[in-house]
Amino acid sequence: MRRLTWFNAVSLTIGFAFLYVPMLILIIYSFNESRLVTVWAGFSTKWYGELFQNEAFLDAAWVTLKVAVISSTIATILGTMAAQVLVRGGRFKGRTLFSGMIYAPLVMPEVITGLSLMLLFISLGLDRGTFTIVLAHATFSMCYVSVVVSSRLVSFDKSLEEAALDLGCTPFDAFKSVTLPIIAPAVISGWLLAFTLSLDDLVIASFTSGPSATTLPMKIWSSVRMGVSPQINALSTILISMVTIGVIAASITTKRRVIQAKRDEQMAEAQ
Amino acid sequence: MKIARRFLIGIPFLWLLVLFLIPFGIVFKISLSDYAISIPPYTPQLDGMSWDSFRTFFGQIDFENYVFLTTDHLYWKAYLSSLQIATLSMIFTLLVGFPIAYGMANAPDHWRATLMMLIILPFWTSFLIRVYAWQGILSTEGVLNQFLLWTGIISEPLKMLNTNFAVYIGIVYTYLPFMILPIYATLEKLDASLLEAAEDLGCSRAKAFWLVTVPLSKSGVIAGCFLVFIPALGEFVIPSLLGGSRTLMIGKVLFEEFFNNRDWPVASTVAVILLLILIIPIVLFQRNQEKQQEAEK
Repeated sequence: MRRLTWFNAVSLTIGFAFLYVPMLILIIYSFNESRLVTVWAGFSTKWYGELFQNEAFLDAAWVTLKVAVISSTIATILGTMAAQVLVRGGRFKGRTLFSGMIYAPLVMPEVITGLSLMLLFISLGLDRGTFTIVLAHATFSMCYVSVVVSSRLVSFDKSLEEAALDLGCTPFDAFKSVTLPIIAPAVISGWLLAFTLSLDDLVIASFTSGPSATTLPMKIWSSVRMGVSPQINALSTILISMVTIGVIAASITTKRRVIQAKRDEQMAEAQ
Repeated sequence: MKIARRFLIGIPFLWLLVLFLIPFGIVFKISLSDYAISIPPYTPQLDGMSWDSFRTFFGQIDFENYVFLTTDHLYWKAYLSSLQIATLSMIFTLLVGFPIAYGMANAPDHWRATLMMLIILPFWTSFLIRVYAWQGILSTEGVLNQFLLWTGIISEPLKMLNTNFAVYIGIVYTYLPFMILPIYATLEKLDASLLEAAEDLGCSRAKAFWLVTVPLSKSGVIAGCFLVFIPALGEFVIPSLLGGSRTLMIGKVLFEEFFNNRDWPVASTVAVILLLILIIPIVLFQRNQEKQQEAEK
């Protein structure tokens, strides 16, 4: 019944053109010899060269990566715990407050989250830097992780875990050897989501970092405000290609896994 | 068993309490203070935990900043224009996103995973870079003006960058996946036999679309609209990069009060009022989600 009518084809083409043409233009102009967007002065990779000479960018990239790895790991642990509480926790005092605090950061404007965390760090007398950005990122990403993980936990059969408990597992062992392997895909995608959220964040990082730590988005922000800069085009091209390769690789692996699972199922049925 | 459970609930609970809820209390407290030239730049400070210090502290706080905000036209205008920009861009995003979601839901089965990936892919690339890409396109010497001049549609370059038009484009562009994904999810579940039935009963295609598809996709449309409206309301990056000096958005005002004017009490007050404005759509959204979940059961 599903067929591609001309209307659907046109709306998809225009829609995807709208999404991708701007990024394509960015990539093309990263190879432009001229500094201006107006003139095409021939193919050149000089902006890439300048980018890799630019130590401020490299330092910022390193800080960003460090923050993203640490904060998304903390967020994944806390978020998975929170998802367990949300789905399996039963009734306890403060449950409504708890689920409210899990969902609220998802819709909170970043300026408010950033401002409130900065005021907290100042009242606590914490020195702002990499550490405070990590705390801030872990906090807002754990909510995304818990939403992703709890959607998987809801659909998974609780009796498996109970069986493990009946067979003498401690709750932690049951979680480690039964629940975790089953929810692992959700935990991994939660980590990846937290990781990209952290890589991408400008506003919260600007509020919670001090002079000692600058993340890549903050660095991009300060150069972009000065107007179009070809080095940023080069940097964007690198980031876009990294993401594209990553996503394509991930989708190929999942596709393979799905095919493999189907084959296993057929084998099992044949026997 | 009991201890393990307490541990499991306690750690994320405490974390959120300290790093999410308490900070709002601090914002509220500072919104009641006065601006001062000191470090940190507000007064009064709560010094010590004695009864006296509490009493002097509470004697000095007031709602002066809230009164100031309601009397200053700048803030009124900023809130109103944020609401307007968020509402209009939500509508534009819906108009752009619905046909794409519809096209995806009606595409051949083996295409859908790829189309889905193509929608999510831009979402994984930097938000800042996607906004920045439009600077080069919309500027007076930019790609779009060059193209329009070349085709002869216009004879003089248009001023597009640093206008509200550019802000709308920026929001529609960056928030499009948030609109498409929930609408696609509802359209994909839609039973095609309902449409056939409508056509058998004498509906034209357009009428069947209007009477069957549109009402059944309502929950996805509502979810998508909220997912665009709420973050757009507090948006800071897009109006700063694409909007002009006359583009007023409350997120930008807050950022400038805090970092440029260093007026922390006023910035906090702006945040508290923005939060109050946001609570209405958030509560509505949650009700809608609950209704949807009940309907699915």
